[in-house]
Amino acid sequence: MQAHPVINDFVVRFANVNGTGSASANNMFAKAIFRMGIPVTPKNIFPSNIQGLPTWYEVRVCEKGYLGRREGIDIMVCVNAQTMKNDIAMLPSGSYFIYDSTKALHREHMREDLHYLGIPLTAITQREYSDPRQRLLFKNIIYIGAMTALIQLDMDILKKIIVEQFQGKEKLIAPNHQALELGNRYARDHFECPLRFRLEPRDLLGDKILFEGNAACALGAIYGGATVAAWYPITPSTSVVDAFGEYAEQFRIDRETGKNHYAILQAEDELAALGVVIGAMWNGARAFTATSGPGLSLMQEFLGLAYFAEVPAVLIDVQRAGPSTGMPTRTQQSDLLSAAYASHGDTKHVLLFPSTPAECFDMTRMAFDLAEQLQTPVMVMSDLDLGMNDHLSEPLQIKAETKFHRGKVLTAQQLENIERFGRYFDIDGDGICYRTLPGTHPTRGMYFTRGSSKDEYASYTERADAYRRNMDRLAKKWETIKTYVPPPETYQPNNCSRDGMAFFGTSCHSAIEARDELNNAGLTLDVLRIRAFPFHAEVVDFMDAHDRIFIVEQNRDGQMRSLLINELGIDPQRLVSILNYDGLPITAQNILQQVLTSAGHQAVTSASMPGVSS
Amino acid sequence: MSFIKPNFRHPGLLPNALGFLPSDYEGLLSTLCAGCGHDSIGAAIIQACFELNIEPHRLAKLSGIGCSSKTPAYFLGNSHGFNSVHGRMPSVATGANLANRDLIYLGVSGDGDTASIGMGQFVHLVRRNLNMTYIVMNNGCYGLTKGQDSATADKGSKSKSGNVNVFQNIDLAGLAIELGAGFVARSFSGDKTQLVPLIQAALSHPGFALIDVISPCVTFNNNPGSTKSYDYVRQHIDATATVDFVPPAEAIEVNYADGEELDVTMHDGSQLRMKKLHPGWNPYQKDAAVRALHEASATGEVLTGLIYVNEVQEDLHAMLNTCDKPLNQLTERELLPTIQSLEAINASLR
Repeated sequence: MQAHPVINDFVVRFANVNGTGSASANNMFAKAIFRMGIPVTPKNIFPSNIQGLPTWYEVRVCEKGYLGRREGIDIMVCVNAQTMKNDIAMLPSGSYFIYDSTKALHREHMREDLHYLGIPLTAITQREYSDPRQRLLFKNIIYIGAMTALIQLDMDILKKIIVEQFQGKEKLIAPNHQALELGNRYARDHFECPLRFRLEPRDLLGDKILFEGNAACALGAIYGGATVAAWYPITPSTSVVDAFGEYAEQFRIDRETGKNHYAILQAEDELAALGVVIGAMWNGARAFTATSGPGLSLMQEFLGLAYFAEVPAVLIDVQRAGPSTGMPTRTQQSDLLSAAYASHGDTKHVLLFPSTPAECFDMTRMAFDLAEQLQTPVMVMSDLDLGMNDHLSEPLQIKAETKFHRGKVLTAQQLENIERFGRYFDIDGDGICYRTLPGTHPTRGMYFTRGSSKDEYASYTERADAYRRNMDRLAKKWETIKTYVPPPETYQPNNCSRDGMAFFGTSCHSAIEARDELNNAGLTLDVLRIRAFPFHAEVVDFMDAHDRIFIVEQNRDGQMRSLLINELGIDPQRLVSILNYDGLPITAQNILQQVLTSAGHQAVTSASMPGVSS
Repeated sequence: MSFIKPNFRHPGLLPNALGFLPSDYEGLLSTLCAGCGHDSIGAAIIQACFELNIEPHRLAKLSGIGCSSKTPAYFLGNSHGFNSVHGRMPSVATGANLANRDLIYLGVSGDGDTASIGMGQFVHLVRRNLNMTYIVMNNGCYGLTKGQDSATADKGSKSKSGNVNVFQNIDLAGLAIELGAGFVARSFSGDKTQLVPLIQAALSHPGFALIDVISPCVTFNNNPGSTKSYDYVRQHIDATATVDFVPPAEAIEVNYADGEELDVTMHDGSQLRMKKLHPGWNPYQKDAAVRALHEASATGEVLTGLIYVNEVQEDLHAMLNTCDKPLNQLTERELLPTIQSLEAINASLR
């Protein structure tokens, strides 16, 4: 039993019932590990439900700094009788099972290869607290308290977090602290502490932050100058607008008048939400909407209008598992094709792929500049994993004297010097034309915005040559866009293999971990993180420089691979899909095994990686 | 349709107070069928804006899709326009208005665009009390796709092909009153005397104003048996009152005998001066207004004129407490929190 201790490298999974206050306790657990200076990755695996259904919270601790999800659970804290049977069945041999031992475990739940640690959570709370609500909530705090003894989670840090959390409700601090102590004492009195899996403080995090992507997008919208947010509630994007509202209350209320420098409109549906955004940006205000797959489907019509009429718009798509209603509370990267080519006719749209909260912030800010400069919709393609989970991230940064890039918008003075304004003339040869805002000049610069075919003066036309000229100019603009979008991130100074691996968004952490493991297994891969669509020239170079490229993505059909083949004309044989589409964040083990299988390296097993159960 | 728009204007036409001529409010040559009611409404819009001394660039015109939604190209050529997608003009207008509260917003839609594909957006536009004038050019049919019944076609009305509509009609005026609109009128494209002052009053109303204008489709719905034909409407028109619009500068206090004549004073001091024709109707009372609509409808009459007015509601900007300066004119100085604020946020996330 007493194998070598495992320091700062394990997975803890909490099995709870939705709506019992477990989320805040579990968040506190992750935050405390973060404050101990140890890289940590929490993932909330929750139901599409408000109260009563099972929910899990999985925390990976990894001293090496790998932030992807890892398979295999080392410690399970199970306070949900509904799921106990499965929770036990899924545990690898040798792991710990912590449970509420107020009632004895049924014989069928006993496995000889597990360590059972029973804490009578219900009995303790019955004894110590009289308020029924507190009895429920403090069960969670007690098991967190037990962790201070079991895995050496820092008690002082936990207590400080509680003090911070209950500012203004100081009465609650003492009973919470007491609950932590109860858990600690019970564990010390009844178990041999610490366990094999344990924490040791480190100083590995520098100035990093622990933040969720949705709130980071919201802050990006604040710092990007958004004044209009229009939306329709949909999981998992709702917290983007919620957070925008909170930050706006903090930063966007005129101190003198008490009036708002922003407007948030909850629309009747996603169609209207995007309509409001388009109307506002047509009229010169920065506006955005946040949505998910089903909403994006409804927005197709308006995306076509904005593309063809060349009206800026910013969308944040927090992707979830589709198709249709799919799994609303599970993650996926499966809206790529419907976003990239949204709407009927020949359309293409600009997509940005953030992979960390800091990048959610940067890319949302950038989206407003790009949308206005390029006069077209820009979509920030986040996902549920990034949006709704806390992630270790670089801090948020902006430059001093940040200026908005409003693009080619003519002022009244500029209009004075133009003999006859034509909205759709390609004056600069980059496919991007000059626009005017309503109300700018009493007699100049007026034009009629329309989703129908038009000539350079924005007049309706069915002339074949004029239609084609316009479509060709839009294609030229698409080429220009490639020079505006962020280049990919390369991880090696020089390419050193004929094999490459490309990924984007939240697959990056597991992909990097898999790259390192593959390297250990003797398969060297150059890697690239794609950050935007259309593809930057550096993406093309990378594809050209490798014979075989593994494309890692979290959908069934290899949508990024399709985009690469379609846009760059790459021989499909050269692009190998590495896919994950079960709704859970992709793991390094999964990538590793798929790459090895397809590379014919099956002999190399996953022995070097912990927790692989296959 | 015509193929040439003559340049000739009567030399005696005088400019308005701003120095604009009526021609400054005109648009491109209409491509609608000759005799289309929509062109008469366009002409009424031109006259209303000219007489109201609206600076053309201070007005934005928005529409959806359909014959009616094409018309903004044919009036107010010196105003920005946005011909959006089918049934979605309300949301685009909402965004535009949120971005710049200082402009005047004129929405033009049709019965299909509003009462069918756009019904969802229309009802929410009304309940948000967006400050705009919304004109429905209502011909009871889909003109561009050759005359299918629309949702405002009366039950029993016969189409050109002889089909009788079996479905209940949607009364947009009654619906708007129910939803809390502050200004609801109905008119007839053939009654410019009534329509022009109604448009002027609607533009002066500080919230959502609906004018449902019966506008016969000469090509597909002007046949005997149709309740939206010129002949039918002319024979069955029943006005709530005669209407005159009196701009603020000229407004004078006149006392009329109660129940006979009344003035509706708009928020800017202008007045709608009316001689009441319909007994029992009262534009300030929701139930009386709705009852008048029902009574007219029961007898096959088309009740026109101002139906209902309530000037004291908050508009969307007031409800959202937005600043007086248009949002599209706020700069980095007003919109950007400091770098220190961002540092404080970072610190709170450690």
